[in-house]
Amino acid sequence: MAITVKMPQLGESVTEGTIGTWLVQPGQQVERFESLVEVITDKVTAEVPAPAAGTVGKILATEGQRLSVGEPICILEGVAEEGSDEPGPGEPEAVPDELSSALADGPEEAGAESGSPAEVRKAETAKAAKSTAARPVVAAPTDSANGSAGFISPAVRALAGEQSVDITQVRGTGFQGRITKRDVLLFLEAGKTAPPKNAPSAGPVAHPAVSEAPLPGSRIPHSPMRRAIAEHMVRSLQTSPHAWTMVEVDMSGVAAARAAHRSEFRAATGIDLTFLHFGLKSTCLALRAVPTMNAIFEEEAIQLMTEINLGLAVAVGDGLIVPVVRGADQYSVAGLAQAAGALIERARLGKARREDLEGGTFTLNNAGALGTVMSQAIINQPQAGILVMDSVVRRPVVVGDGIAIRPIMNLCLSFDHRINDGAAAARFLGAVKSSLEAVTPNSDLF
Amino acid sequence: MPEITYVEAVRDALRDEMRRDDRVIVMGEDVGVKGGVFGATAGLFQEFGEERVIDSPLAEAAIVGVAIGCALAGLRPVAEIQFLDFIPPAMDQLISEAAKIRYRSNNDWSCPMVVRAPCGGGVHVHGALYHSQMLEALFAHVPGLKVVLPSNPYDAKGLLLAALRDPDPVCFFEHKGLYRSMRQEVPDEEYLVPIGKGQIVRPGRDISCFTYGATVHEAVIAAESLGHDGIEVEVVDLRTVRPLDRELIVESATRTGKVLVAHEANLAVGVGAEVAALVAEECFESLDGPVMRIGGPEIPAIPFAESLAEVYCLGPQKIETKLRELAAY
Repeated sequence: MAITVKMPQLGESVTEGTIGTWLVQPGQQVERFESLVEVITDKVTAEVPAPAAGTVGKILATEGQRLSVGEPICILEGVAEEGSDEPGPGEPEAVPDELSSALADGPEEAGAESGSPAEVRKAETAKAAKSTAARPVVAAPTDSANGSAGFISPAVRALAGEQSVDITQVRGTGFQGRITKRDVLLFLEAGKTAPPKNAPSAGPVAHPAVSEAPLPGSRIPHSPMRRAIAEHMVRSLQTSPHAWTMVEVDMSGVAAARAAHRSEFRAATGIDLTFLHFGLKSTCLALRAVPTMNAIFEEEAIQLMTEINLGLAVAVGDGLIVPVVRGADQYSVAGLAQAAGALIERARLGKARREDLEGGTFTLNNAGALGTVMSQAIINQPQAGILVMDSVVRRPVVVGDGIAIRPIMNLCLSFDHRINDGAAAARFLGAVKSSLEAVTPNSDLF
Repeated sequence: MPEITYVEAVRDALRDEMRRDDRVIVMGEDVGVKGGVFGATAGLFQEFGEERVIDSPLAEAAIVGVAIGCALAGLRPVAEIQFLDFIPPAMDQLISEAAKIRYRSNNDWSCPMVVRAPCGGGVHVHGALYHSQMLEALFAHVPGLKVVLPSNPYDAKGLLLAALRDPDPVCFFEHKGLYRSMRQEVPDEEYLVPIGKGQIVRPGRDISCFTYGATVHEAVIAAESLGHDGIEVEVVDLRTVRPLDRELIVESATRTGKVLVAHEANLAVGVGAEVAALVAEECFESLDGPVMRIGGPEIPAIPFAESLAEVYCLGPQKIETKLRELAAY
């Protein structure tokens, strides 16, 4: 039988993907799990495996096309029937020879117009019987057209017919996804209220030129990543009431420790020790001290997360990506340097894996590398806060009764005010600050 | 307008018609001196005397048989069967005689008789086996009879008056659970409710629920519950089960596309089966779901124990569940 391969869900909050490169072509035989096509989602590029062995049939989505999860990508034919997944009355009865040959020769006549489950199954049985006789297997058009829409009741058929509705476009909310009469009515309703695509723009008739002239400048069409970032940022601000606060951190201890250990560290691990690594460690300690900063807001409660999975904002290409160090609090500074290093490397090369990007409980942004001194980041949902380490700038500060020059870094925290109030935020920042300011060249890195 | 109970509406109809038409007489067990075990004929004996309000022996076949004779002789008799459960002995008279008289005499003779009986049970009716049955399907099967089941005092009075003026035999079954529990404003002046016409008591867009008798009220409660979830159930009180208001049934079913028939009487071979068949045949192309029925269980009689009667009886909850099942299809 033929089955429709659909856009899979490639990540927990992924709702759509863009077709990348087709790895197979119509007529090609594929094994089960063999990759059919590349799909690009907001962060990850993945390959869609064939759900069963078969022959690639019609390609339903072109390269560059954006599809929602569940939309059809292609047809896979000649798939062995392991068990019927269609609801129906019972087993199909044996099909007599002359009928089965008629069905194999002309599946369009047999199945197309009526498309009732019993008739589709008859056509499939006939085909299955014939396939062993080495006849070319032909897909039942009903399967791709009607089969996925479920049972079409007389009322739905009549209404869709009268109103010239393409049933395959209607979303079914009835039993087992059945399209109900109401679904068709709502579909018609939506079609009336949505503005027609090719209608002239609504503007004063006297100045049609003004409303239709393009804006000056060039255009950058949205990449999937840009869309994903845009959606997330809007949603994040709409979900969490963002509050912001900061502390100044004297990084002289960290600077001294880095200077003392840098070359030895590189020799031992191949990694350049940076302020970020110390920042990661201190953030983990502070999250343990203030667990509500490592939490999720739910309707009835604040869910404190057991694991500390620290996300690191990394600039890539035209956007940003946030790979996650899982169980970050279990690492030493050196361990964090290695774990973060590997993640950042993969992210920058576009090779971030799905598990690299999932499960974050808090995010750290090393904006200082970019030169800014104060940043108001947007929370990475559904986390409780996002911490930015801005630039380390040598400044005159008061030490004792005198002035000294110290490397000062602003630590800026955007936090979800539903979960934490100012006091907890301040406690958290204070903990990061204390931890960083306690670092000396004698601090243990491993 | 005065508010009266269902049983008072029945009594008022009898009284008003007996005043208006000398030919109307009433006969049955305890209808005279006692005024009926439910008070349906209270005051009639006192007003109209023993010639027109007749206490009969405990003999249902005779009650109906004698009434048929009176009808043939030009009177307009009302035969009361004290509980519908007691009607089987009278069925030969009703089915083989009353129903066939006009037909077999080629219009020379007719039988303008009303057979009234309290029917139905319920958790608080405490009727148990022989004081609770709903047997309307047995009569709805017979051409030549009309079968009416009003669900409220207003319809009870109007339909009884219509039955009393009907030239052919009418079975008029009153739900005893509604007798005293249901009050309603009922006009003093004369009015008729036509036999053979149903009524939409609660309009809706998504499901047609055809029902009659006390079940109408349970269906309305169930419909209200679905209404809170945005599912609009149209409750249609059939009022007459023979002849069915085919036009109303088809119009409603065609409009909504989903049908549930609900009645207290046992589901198997009940009136619901006839309504469902009608819908399936006449409205097939408009259906958006299977035609469903809900009715009494496959149990010979309602138990006396309240806890068991609860399990037996329909009630708004079971109707609601069935409606939701249909709505979700």
